[in-house]
Amino acid sequence: MIQKMYDWVDERLNITPMWRDLADHEVPEHVNPAHHFSAFVYCFGGLTFFITVIQILSGMFLTMYYVPDIINAYESVNYLQNQVAFGTIVRGMHHWGASLVIVMMFLHTLRVFFTGSYKKPREMNWVVGMLIFFVMLGLGFTGYLLPWDNKAYFATKVGMQIADTVPIIGPYAKTLLQGGSIVGAQTLARFFAIHVFFLPAALLALLGGHFIMIRAQGISGPL
Amino acid sequence: MSEKQEISRRTFLNYALMGTGGFLAAGMITPMIRFAIDPMLKAAGGGDKVAVGSVDEFGPEPKSVSFKVHTKDGWYETESTLTAWITKDANGEILALSPICKHLGCTVNWNGSPDFPNEYFCPCHFGRYSAKGEHILGTPPMASLDEYETEVKDGKLYLGQIKPNPRPGVSG
Repeated sequence: MIQKMYDWVDERLNITPMWRDLADHEVPEHVNPAHHFSAFVYCFGGLTFFITVIQILSGMFLTMYYVPDIINAYESVNYLQNQVAFGTIVRGMHHWGASLVIVMMFLHTLRVFFTGSYKKPREMNWVVGMLIFFVMLGLGFTGYLLPWDNKAYFATKVGMQIADTVPIIGPYAKTLLQGGSIVGAQTLARFFAIHVFFLPAALLALLGGHFIMIRAQGISGPL
Repeated sequence: MSEKQEISRRTFLNYALMGTGGFLAAGMITPMIRFAIDPMLKAAGGGDKVAVGSVDEFGPEPKSVSFKVHTKDGWYETESTLTAWITKDANGEILALSPICKHLGCTVNWNGSPDFPNEYFCPCHFGRYSAKGEHILGTPPMASLDEYETEVKDGKLYLGQIKPNPRPGVSG
């Protein structure tokens, strides 16, 4: 049945080569943990992507209940966590995944650094990876404010003070991030927009570039 | 012996990988789906009935009462004021009508027009209803005024949800 449906589509659109280009490629011996157990360090990039997928999915579902408004934000989070079935699980996935994705990304960066994989011809992929790193930190920073509880509020206040210390452009950056002179209604709306539209769009574009480059250049050789 | 279906190492690994992957994906997606469809599976909040006064206060002449209902909409709770026109006929049968005109939703009034005594009158398009809420044929409304669910407990009248009025139109 499924085979027949696949054949029907394949006959028309010739999708088999697409699968071959995307996923059907050999894993070199030096990155296969079945050959050298220490090769598990090559899994961190994939794990980062796996958690990113979880973050996107759980985030999409959370916005079904969340409202980015200073009156209702806390109450809506409280409601979705305590009144909605599996609310604790879905919010928990997003909460813990947010920390885990940073950890995995950091380990991936360390692996790339210590295997020298950033060297020619892969310098551009290193740069894109760094941009992904900063986008992820931005997602963490903006997402932290959204529950609009005390921790969120004061963490963001501290972040704003840090932005403020930058010479010359600091005060402008702070006002731009806050959307006003205080951390308040406009900050919350702005952080929500950045968290669910701007940064995910940038992230997907950068991830696309990251993956296209690794497919074009292949995994770097053994040490 | 030769009839035995052999499965190749490749097929076995494919199935094992698909099974494991499917299990992981299901573990991930099931809580999210359940989370999303929760409003559908939650028992509909029937809402409590609200006391609007003693039964003795009401007679054949419609009397308007206002009462507050507490609405809980997820994390948002609100009080809204509703109005009912209440009559009690000779048999003690209580009828509580909603004052929302069935034409375009204006508010009707008992004896709202001196030209049409003993009728509910809507000022917007001159819709008219009898004392039982029946819409008067030839006026704009196409249905009779909605009624509230009523309940009498310990001599007190309680009003509940709004439901359609089954009475057909009458000619005035």
